[in-house]
Amino acid sequence: MSPSGPGRRYLALGLPVLLGTAVLALPAPRPTAPPRARTIRIEARSFEYLPAGVSVGRGDLVTLELVALDVVHGAHIDGYGVELTADPGQTARTTFVADRPGIYRIRCSVPCGPLHPFMSGTLRVDPSDTLLRAAVLALLAVAAGVFLAARPKAVTAPRPARTARS
Amino acid sequence: MTRYELTRSVLVRRLLTSRWPQLGVQLLLLSGLILVILAGLLGSPVGNRNFAIVMVWIAWWGALMLVAVPLFGRLWCSVCPLPLPGEWLQRGAVLGPRGRGLGLQRRWPRIFRSLWLQNGAFVFVALFSLPVLTQPRLTAVLLAGLVLLAIAVSLVYERRAFCRYLCPVGGFIGLYAQAAPVEVRVRDADLCASHKIKTCYTGSAAGYGCPWQVYPGSLATNTYCGTCMECLRTCPHDNVVVNLRPAGADLSVGRGRGLDEAFKVFLLLGSGLAYAAVLLGPWSAPRAAAAAVGSTSWLVYAAGFLLFVVVLVPGLLALAVRLGLHLSRARSSVTHALRALSPAFVPLGLAAWMAFSLSFVLANLSYVPPVLSDPLNLGWNTLGTAAMAWSPYGAGLFPWLPIAVLSAGLAWTSRRAREIAGELGGGVRLALPVWIVAFVLTIGLLWTLVG
Repeated sequence: MSPSGPGRRYLALGLPVLLGTAVLALPAPRPTAPPRARTIRIEARSFEYLPAGVSVGRGDLVTLELVALDVVHGAHIDGYGVELTADPGQTARTTFVADRPGIYRIRCSVPCGPLHPFMSGTLRVDPSDTLLRAAVLALLAVAAGVFLAARPKAVTAPRPARTARS
Repeated sequence: MTRYELTRSVLVRRLLTSRWPQLGVQLLLLSGLILVILAGLLGSPVGNRNFAIVMVWIAWWGALMLVAVPLFGRLWCSVCPLPLPGEWLQRGAVLGPRGRGLGLQRRWPRIFRSLWLQNGAFVFVALFSLPVLTQPRLTAVLLAGLVLLAIAVSLVYERRAFCRYLCPVGGFIGLYAQAAPVEVRVRDADLCASHKIKTCYTGSAAGYGCPWQVYPGSLATNTYCGTCMECLRTCPHDNVVVNLRPAGADLSVGRGRGLDEAFKVFLLLGSGLAYAAVLLGPWSAPRAAAAAVGSTSWLVYAAGFLLFVVVLVPGLLALAVRLGLHLSRARSSVTHALRALSPAFVPLGLAAWMAFSLSFVLANLSYVPPVLSDPLNLGWNTLGTAAMAWSPYGAGLFPWLPIAVLSAGLAWTSRRAREIAGELGGGVRLALPVWIVAFVLTIGLLWTLVG
C-alpha cells in the first residue's frame, strides 16, 4: 500500500533531503596519484585567464604563478582564500597545499577595466566530483517534485477568464 | 489553499493605505536614482568604483532577485522611482487625488495590450546588457531614458501604461512575482460583483483607479498587479486585502495564459541561462563579443543570443510538449499545452536567475561600502569605508548554495509540470519529456556555474 496524504508529503520531502544530505556527505574518492609539487602558470590579460581552468591533485603542493600581460591583475581563489597581485609584465607567486577536492572559482581581485567583475577562471582539485554530486541532487529534486505533486484533476476548459485587460 | 490575511491587522492596513510611508520610500529611492544618474555621468569611469554600477547592478539587483521578488513579489513596483515623475505630472498631484493633471489620458492601443512589446524591450536591453552593466555612463543614460520614456507615455496614455506594457524590468518582476508568498486579492468576489460603481477601477476621492489597469475583482495572478495599494484605499467595503499564501499559488493551469505570457517564461529562462554562460562561464570570447557593441563579433553574439533565447529554448520546450502529447495521447493542441505548462517553468527560471545572481552579487558586494562613502568620486570618506578593500562574501557557500537553489527550483518545476500534465489529461507521459528538458537545462546551468 502506498502512503497518502501527509505521510506521502513527508516521505516525498524527507527522503530526497535525506538522500541529498547523503550525496553531499559521502566522502570524496581517494586520489589516484600521490601528492606532488606542481607549478601552475596563469597569464592574465584583457579580462581573461589563460588557461581559464587549471587542475591539480588533492594534496599537491601548488605554486601558482600569475603573470599580468597588460595591466595590474589579481587572483583570488574562492574556498582557499589564496590571493596574489601581479603588476604589468611581472610575475607574482604563492604556494599552497590543495587539500580540498572540488572546483573553485579564481576571481580577479584588482579592478582592471570594465569587464573586471566577470574575469574568472577555475581551479579543479581532483578527484573532483562536484558536478556529479550536483547532477545527482538535481535528479533527486525531480523525483521529489514528482512525488510531491498533488493528485491530478482533469480540466478540459481551454481558457478560463484571465486578468482584466481593459 | 490556506491564506492568512495580513491586512486583518489594523496596523498593517493603516500602514498600507496611508500614502505617507509609501511616498517616503519613493522619495528616498527617487533621490537615489538622481544620485545614480549623476554618478553615472560625472563619477569614475571604472565600474567597480562607480556608485551607479555598484548600487544598481550589484546592490539593487541582488536585493531584487534574492529577496524582493521571491518573498514580496511586485513590492518593488510599488516604490519604483522610474515612473514617478510621469505619474505625478499625469495626476497633477504627488499624494491623493486633487484637481486635473496633465496629459491626453488616451487608452493604450488595443493591438499592444499584451506582453509582446515588453518581451521585445527585454530582449533589446539584454543585447546591450554587458556594456550597460559595466559602463557607468550607459547605465545613467539607460535609466534617464527610461524615466523620460515613462514621462512621455504618461503624458499621452492613461494610468501606468509604461509599467504595464513597456518596462522590461516590470515584465521580469511580474512573471516571477507569481512565485511569491504574498498577494493582493479581494476577500469576497460576490461583494465586488454587486458593487456597481467599481471605485477600485474608476477611482474615488480616497484614491486613484487601478493604475495598472486591473480590475481587482478578477485578479487571479500577481503578474499585472503593481501592489500600489490604490484599491485598498478606494474600496468602500475594505474588501481588498493582502494575503500571505503558499508560495507559487498562481502557478496552476486554471489561470488562462496567453502565448505572450508563455513566451515570456521561456524567454526569461533562456536569458538566465545565456547570461550565466556569457558572464560567468569559462569562455572569454563571448564576453568580449558581448561588450564590443557594433562589431562583427557582437553581431555574431547577438544572433547567437537571439537564436538561443527566442528560438532554441522555446523550441526545445515546444518539442518536449509535442512529444509528451504524442506519448500520452492527451487531447490538446501543442499551443494550448505549451501555454498551460509554461507556469511550471517559472520556479526554474527564478532559481536560474537567483543562482546566477548569487554567483556574482556576493562576490562583488564589498564594492558597496566604498561607493556609499564617496558616491561621486570626489575624494570623500563620509562613512569611513572609502578605502575598504575588495573581499568576496560567502566564498565558502560556493558552489553549493547555487546548486541548492537550482535543485529547489527544479523540484518545484517538476511538481508543477506533473500537476498540470495531470490536469491536461496527459499524466506522467506528458510530463516526462518536460522533466527531461528541465533537467538538461539545469545541468547546463550547473555546468557553467560550477565548471
